[in-house]
Amino acid sequence: MVGTVLRRLAVFVASLAVSTVVVFAFMVLLPGDPARVALGTDASDAAVDQLRHEFGLDRPLPVQYASWIGGLLTGRLGTSYVSGAQIGPQLADRLQVSLILVLASMVVAVVVAVPLGVWMAVRHRRPIGVVLSALAQLGVAVPAFLAGILLITIFAVRLGWLPANGWTPPAVDPVMFVRQLVLPALALGLVQGAVLTRYVRSAVLDVLREDYLRTARAKGLRPAQALWRHGLRNAAVPVVTVLGLQLATTLVGAVVVERVFVIPGLGSLLLDAVGNRDLLVVQDVVMVLVAAVLLVNLLVDVLYVVLDPRLRLGDA
Amino acid sequence: MSTVVDPVLRVRDLTIRTRSVELLRGVDLTIGRGERVGLIGESGSGKSITSLAIMGLLPDNVQATGSVRLGERELLGTPERELARVRGRDVAMVFQEPMTALNPTMRIGDQVAEAMLIHHTQPSRAAAADRAIELLEAVRLPDPKALVRAYPHQLSGGQRQRVVLAIALANDPALLICDEPTTALDVTVQQLVLDLLVRGVEERDAAMLFITHDLAVVANVCEQVAVMYGGRIVEAGPVNEVFRRPRHRYTQGLLAASDLAVDPHSGQLRAIAGSVPAAGRFPEGCVFRSRCWKATDQCRAEPPWTGAPHGPGYACWHPAQSEVIT
Repeated sequence: MVGTVLRRLAVFVASLAVSTVVVFAFMVLLPGDPARVALGTDASDAAVDQLRHEFGLDRPLPVQYASWIGGLLTGRLGTSYVSGAQIGPQLADRLQVSLILVLASMVVAVVVAVPLGVWMAVRHRRPIGVVLSALAQLGVAVPAFLAGILLITIFAVRLGWLPANGWTPPAVDPVMFVRQLVLPALALGLVQGAVLTRYVRSAVLDVLREDYLRTARAKGLRPAQALWRHGLRNAAVPVVTVLGLQLATTLVGAVVVERVFVIPGLGSLLLDAVGNRDLLVVQDVVMVLVAAVLLVNLLVDVLYVVLDPRLRLGDA
Repeated sequence: MSTVVDPVLRVRDLTIRTRSVELLRGVDLTIGRGERVGLIGESGSGKSITSLAIMGLLPDNVQATGSVRLGERELLGTPERELARVRGRDVAMVFQEPMTALNPTMRIGDQVAEAMLIHHTQPSRAAAADRAIELLEAVRLPDPKALVRAYPHQLSGGQRQRVVLAIALANDPALLICDEPTTALDVTVQQLVLDLLVRGVEERDAAMLFITHDLAVVANVCEQVAVMYGGRIVEAGPVNEVFRRPRHRYTQGLLAASDLAVDPHSGQLRAIAGSVPAAGRFPEGCVFRSRCWKATDQCRAEPPWTGAPHGPGYACWHPAQSEVIT
């Protein structure tokens, strides 16, 4: 098992290295000179050259790449071309906000989807299972921002139970933090949960048809016990795959919901940076997102190996 | 099948139907302590559904009527909670497909020990784990101490079937049901598994219901045999009797088809004409008449059971004379 995990880890590191080159190359190939953008169209060539020198853009590409990688590895991500502020601390702040939101929404999704999906699978022949299945299908079709607006309308505007938007760091005011987190986490989580429910349902349905579940019943386990002890771990493998994909897409896709709820997350940082042609910020944010997605994939791969002994190569 | 005084299993008039289709009609089976009964027939004849009915594992979209008694206990209509206590303790089952019968994510030892822990037939986890090693040793698996930590995918099909057998025998059941236990195995390991099955039930003086379409295996393993077609038992009796002097035309056809000698007239292997109809498509009256070479108008009526009630006999209007087939 350790060998398999190490192999996956090596793949992760290699992918990360390749992706830095790709991200860097993309930014170089994009048309538009950050110095020209910063100074405006009226600036003299001399002034632009001067700024290019300050940004370090007149150095050969390999040197630029090396200095960027060096900065990534030591945590110095450089300064914004536009605001001149340090990118590192700002990015860390935004990442933290996005991670909290995304993880909270994934918790909502799992808490909704796993019991509901299992129940729907067990009852798939009965009317209630069919009705729930149809409702989940409807949930899949609702975009998260619409769910967000609906939630704001009901719980913030009509009922006034929760704030409509905003973000307070947990260290500043834990109660306000939770109150403001509830609606965006629900908006993202319920929609993700609807998708996940369908995967949980089909994974459990597959497992229910397995011979080993019949063996478990033949041993004397009641249906629910057999499913709990022998089914869920097997059903978890496909569900973990989907969960990993959802986590990765939500990390990027949370941006719309961040806008709706006025949350200063990574997505809004990226959108602002793109709008301002703040290329180094774009480059850093994209790199962080790529690293996060790769990390999620690594975790999913490791989880597979933990869940399913058949995937543990080389230790038979 | 013989008139057993105190049977382990006593099935009477077992009829199973879905909302639209009758799967089983009027099945009688009696198995005494230490007795081994074969249940034979082509695919689709109702063998497996019979075994599931005895295990209480019928899918919830079928209805069963009649009686299935295990010892003194009536199983039909018993609530699931009580059935679960019987299952795996008093009646156990070995399935056809060893490759998928074990949980791929659970260690072999835990899967064997679980059978005992569910029914509290061992006082502790440690005792159950020790007993699991003994059981694996009894089915002649190599290095059982290391094997308990292995996962099913690390074992061959024959080894997995022996694990399934160890699980089935763990609580010394009074009745062991085997549903085609060697069909999916290599010929080379079939005999080993059969020997282990027979030894396992003999050591426990358990009754055995052996489901197969392989007549040679039945002749090898069982003393009594019941022949099934179209959801009914069409002939039953001692293996010697039935295989040497089949009375029902279906039994006769099965025996002829299992004979690998080439037909001198056609130059081909013998087979029963036609194929088994889908469930619910069997003819009225004698279920076999659509494929029977002796069928007459009389066969439109259901043939009565000729012989001992619930015992040896057959249900055929035109039985083969009791000439010895060589």
